[in-house]
Amino acid sequence: MISGAELFVKALKAEHVDTIFAYPGGQAIDLFDALYGEKSIHVILPRHEQGLVHAADGYARSTKKTGVCLVTSGPGATNLVTGIATANYDSVPLVCFTGQVPVGLIGNDAFQEVDIVGITRSICKYAVTVRRREELGSIIKKAFYIAHTGKPGVVVVDLPKDIQQENGSGIYPVPIELRGCKPNVSVHMGQIKKAVGLLNQSEKPVFLVGGGVLISGAEREMTRLAEMTNIPVVTTIMGKGALPSSHPLYVGNLGIHGCYAANFAVSSCDLLFSIGTRFNDRITGKIGDFAKNASIVHIDIDSASISRNIAVDVPIVSDAKEAILALLEKACPLCTKEWLRTIDGWKREHPLAAERPGLTPQRIIQSINRIFDRAIIATDVGQNQLWATQFLELGEGRKMLTSGGLGTMGYGFPAAIGAKAGNPDMDVIVISGDGGFQMNVQEMATAVAYELPVIICIFNNGYLGNVRQWQEMFFDRHYSSTCIQRRKSCPLPCNSPGENCPDYIPDFIKLAGSYGAAGIRVTAEEEIDKALLSAKRNKKGPTVIEFIIGREENVLPIVPPGNRLSDMILERKG
Amino acid sequence: MMKKRWISLFVENDIGVLARISGLFSGKSYNLDSLTVGRTEDRTVSRMTISLTGDDMTFEQVKKQLARCVEVIKVVDFTDAAIHRKEIMFIKIQNCTEADMTELFRIAGVYQVKIAGYSPSSVLLESVRTEEENDELAHLLEHRFTNRMEIVRGGSVAVESVRT
Repeated sequence: MISGAELFVKALKAEHVDTIFAYPGGQAIDLFDALYGEKSIHVILPRHEQGLVHAADGYARSTKKTGVCLVTSGPGATNLVTGIATANYDSVPLVCFTGQVPVGLIGNDAFQEVDIVGITRSICKYAVTVRRREELGSIIKKAFYIAHTGKPGVVVVDLPKDIQQENGSGIYPVPIELRGCKPNVSVHMGQIKKAVGLLNQSEKPVFLVGGGVLISGAEREMTRLAEMTNIPVVTTIMGKGALPSSHPLYVGNLGIHGCYAANFAVSSCDLLFSIGTRFNDRITGKIGDFAKNASIVHIDIDSASISRNIAVDVPIVSDAKEAILALLEKACPLCTKEWLRTIDGWKREHPLAAERPGLTPQRIIQSINRIFDRAIIATDVGQNQLWATQFLELGEGRKMLTSGGLGTMGYGFPAAIGAKAGNPDMDVIVISGDGGFQMNVQEMATAVAYELPVIICIFNNGYLGNVRQWQEMFFDRHYSSTCIQRRKSCPLPCNSPGENCPDYIPDFIKLAGSYGAAGIRVTAEEEIDKALLSAKRNKKGPTVIEFIIGREENVLPIVPPGNRLSDMILERKG
Repeated sequence: MMKKRWISLFVENDIGVLARISGLFSGKSYNLDSLTVGRTEDRTVSRMTISLTGDDMTFEQVKKQLARCVEVIKVVDFTDAAIHRKEIMFIKIQNCTEADMTELFRIAGVYQVKIAGYSPSSVLLESVRTEEENDELAHLLEHRFTNRMEIVRGGSVAVESVRT
């Protein structure tokens, strides 16, 4: 007989959990007691539960293991909500344990009681309260199975305090039966043959590759498939890196901030062969005109993703890797020379962005590409993310972590902390904005305390830049609540940044110093490499590099809302 | 094509499953006409009968979204299947005159509706018929007994017909 808390620790070990992200509280104290002195599980204490869950997310994405969170009831649990939605939206396997008031008090409006299962029901894969001690083992077993099986996702396990304390069976793992969770693993060969039939008839085929290819670990197979068939590859933001960015068959990202060649390739192709993407509104533009002349093959592990936004000719429900392996068997080389030449022409005509001198986001990211061969780059959300997805060269050595589905500001820095905890031998870089970094800035303490040398690149423009860009382009420069340099003394309204603007707060260099971290301010192009190299050498703790970039720097090209993909704004007016 | 659809849903008989399923409909803005739920011959399985009105594409999505729920064991589309389907409806009518009474007893006879309760001035009708037939009866009575009646409906339950 062992306590519920002891069984919890035993289960974590049996599930090969070596790191958890945990913040204690009254209704989780027994679980923390069982972890006390436990050598095989590294317990990381972040400074806020939102930072905690993003860290577990970054850990899971970068290690391909299941991330584990442990928090207390009530506010501990509700602080996880944004991170749960973020992870679940991007199919990241997490198991989140939340403390709960004793079973007998549930529903009594007890201190720090919330119905976290109810709150998270629509943003997680599965959520459950353990109501009987004898179910604890099987529920934890199920939780880990559900989180990583099929389309991965988040499982919430709510653990009432009396269940943690009650003695019961110590058997783990226990056999489980899951009637409702039987993912498709095998590929329907008839559908694969149909898809190959379309491939063989096509003259202008395109592979559209999404995050599913990376989740299934099929990067090499995807590259082989593209090479074998001579088909150009376009990616979504989440799929970037499935084929090395430097590969001659790689065209670029598709979507409202996609590159010209990718958007034109998809708009002009006669076969769109998509793998592991769900045709989100960010990539389709005006939906009626999306890939108008193309037959569409759609491979996805989630049948609900197929024929939801786009009518599909050949649907294939399958794990991306299984499908790609089947295609490698059945597909044959195609003659696409002329089509590839057309796409290369588009690439040359309209490269992503014209090279400009100065301290531009593009120059900074190019330096990151040059200096860091093997690195994990976590982005925040907004312009910094879009530049990163445009200019980062990804592939075997460099991987990107980004909140693609939910688009959660504040994600990047804590995700990088989790990634570094899981990959101590890799360089881990954050590309963030001055807005997003402040959303989880408290995690500086975590990075310093655990000696996690994360390199934090803040692209500081004093604005919530992505919204400001939209205001500039589509709202007559009404910079409404997007200037974060603004003070009480500033004129209202104001849409003209200049020399009279007040000083930026906080002083990020002093902030880094107060945490005992290194801080470097970069104001000129020549200083970029020196700062990055200095941060790379710092193995003791985090380095903040604040890049003072142009205040009204824009992300281009952009497809204005409602336009079709090929109607892009390529350059700034005036 | 917009039409009435029927789903028979096998789910785990657990706390919160009804909320998960109904929440899916509200969260994704799917129309829901009725939903009934009860335990089956297997104590661990509940069965829901769900009706909704929707077009083909939305209905496909509904079925797929239901199927991907961990708590859902099986989704069966009953729309074009041979099924036996009934709904229970109670109608209580008050302040009846003698003429009303005669009329109600006649209606009950014609529609094969049970008189489940009776007092000198009120009648309780119990109708176990299809949803459409109950609609028709309710409509007929509403006309005659406006502001004097109370209706409670249980929602449809359905099962595959016995093959002959």
